[in-house]
Amino acid sequence: MTFEAFLFYFFSVVLVGSAVAVITVRNPVHAALFLVLAFVATAAHWIMLEAEFLGILLVLVYVGAVMVLFLFVVMMLDINMSRIREGFMKLLPVGIVVAVGMMVVMAMVVGAQVFQVEPPVPASADYSNTEALGQLLYTEYVYPFEIAAVILLVAIIAAIVLTLRKRPDTRYLDPAKQIQIRREDRVRMVKMESEKK
Amino acid sequence: MQQAMIQFWEGLPLIVQINLKIMAILTPLMLAVAYTTFAERKIIGYMQVRVGPNRVGPRGWLQPIADALKLLTKEVVIPTNANRYLFLIAPVLAIAPALAAWAVVPFDDGMVLADINAGLLFLLALTSMGVYGIIIAGWASNSRYALLGSMRSAAQIISYEIAMGFALVGVIMAAGSLNVGEIVMAQQGSVYHWFLLPLFPLFLVYFISGVAETNRAPFDVAEGESEIVAGFHVEYSGMAFAVFFLAEYANMILISALTALLFLGGWLSPFEGILPESAFAIPVLGWLLDSGIHWFLIKTAFFLFLFLWFRATFPRYRYDHIMRLGWKVLIPVTIVWLFVAGVAVAIGVGPWFA
Repeated sequence: MTFEAFLFYFFSVVLVGSAVAVITVRNPVHAALFLVLAFVATAAHWIMLEAEFLGILLVLVYVGAVMVLFLFVVMMLDINMSRIREGFMKLLPVGIVVAVGMMVVMAMVVGAQVFQVEPPVPASADYSNTEALGQLLYTEYVYPFEIAAVILLVAIIAAIVLTLRKRPDTRYLDPAKQIQIRREDRVRMVKMESEKK
Repeated sequence: MQQAMIQFWEGLPLIVQINLKIMAILTPLMLAVAYTTFAERKIIGYMQVRVGPNRVGPRGWLQPIADALKLLTKEVVIPTNANRYLFLIAPVLAIAPALAAWAVVPFDDGMVLADINAGLLFLLALTSMGVYGIIIAGWASNSRYALLGSMRSAAQIISYEIAMGFALVGVIMAAGSLNVGEIVMAQQGSVYHWFLLPLFPLFLVYFISGVAETNRAPFDVAEGESEIVAGFHVEYSGMAFAVFFLAEYANMILISALTALLFLGGWLSPFEGILPESAFAIPVLGWLLDSGIHWFLIKTAFFLFLFLWFRATFPRYRYDHIMRLGWKVLIPVTIVWLFVAGVAVAIGVGPWFA
């Protein structure tokens, strides 16, 4: 077994194991942390496929930002697991049907001809995945790329607008106003003669 | 002799070679971390007209070693109902990215452990992973103070990461490369070729964000002695606490080194292109004036000193002021300056964007 094959199997075991753990562990925080581990293992796989830009970006965006916010929410929520599990037996038949359906679909896709590809050939030493992606994104796919960017911008603005609310009962100090205070506004120097005894 | 040594080096198995290189980076780094704590206490001491530690060893020079021994022999207390594994893994998660990032930091021309294409992205990804140590530490401690402290510092780190990333985009635009070594070489020429001049606002944003990322004063609300007990590591003791401490200082050194590399030309000499060529031919002085690892170390040390200086002079920011600075001041500044840099690239303003 070559070193690369060893790495591949190592990260594959980590990936599959953590993916299973995401849906089986009871503690939601542990589940979120296993999802992080799954992302890191996937990033390792992508880097081994010489897609280092995508791999690092996966770590940067999903591990470094998205999952952190996820963890925030999961940690702050007081999730009552017993209430979530209440309807387990009632929903089990439906769950089994959905699971079997998905299994069949997956088997059809993975078993299909499209996925029977040759192992990728290693690229030459001067190949840069970042450059190749940039070339594609900014030439051939420039319009889809920009449209995606605008849609994301709209989503950002929508999220901000939805959460922007002023509660009249909070005593809020505007930091922008605070830092504009100057000494002259607040302090008055008074010169006084000392009193005679 | 030299030939024999090269032959001996090449005869070693690859894995041994790599491990020796890693040791050659980490050993001085750990020593630097230890002595940064000493320098901090000394410098802040002098700034506050005190002497600082001067008891252990000559002039207090053995103080960090005594501290390390003390922490090593202390018990690591694990709180009741704390999540044992996560509690112990959190300090490791905090320090690992801070150390792994040094793999792509070039110390001199070609003197780098892994000369990878997407070096700068790798650095960004690793610095963004450091936040897990803090979050997990806060949650696994099973303590409200620790959880609140970790929420505060994690929110702060994520916010400032955005400004930091945007500032780096400007550097990438100017250098036309993601490889850290190539970014330094793009600043070759003279002092005026350094990115400090055309990207000055981004330099300020980067360094301020760096101070905030490492949770250092004046942005150290994670510690906030006067507000919360000590932040996310309140339940940690002994070596587990020491590892968090080491991670903070390793991150400080990393941010200083990166600022030196990305904006001040790393190992490039400031006299390059100013002094005549003959000046570099003088036996010892010429070597000192010429580009080399010593310039990189001097620049890094300067920024490290700034970290300590800030701590001694600035009052702590209030939390909402920190958030305002990050989101409403630094990010707009970077966006404006990215636009300026874009225009400069388009019309080819020399010598930086040509």
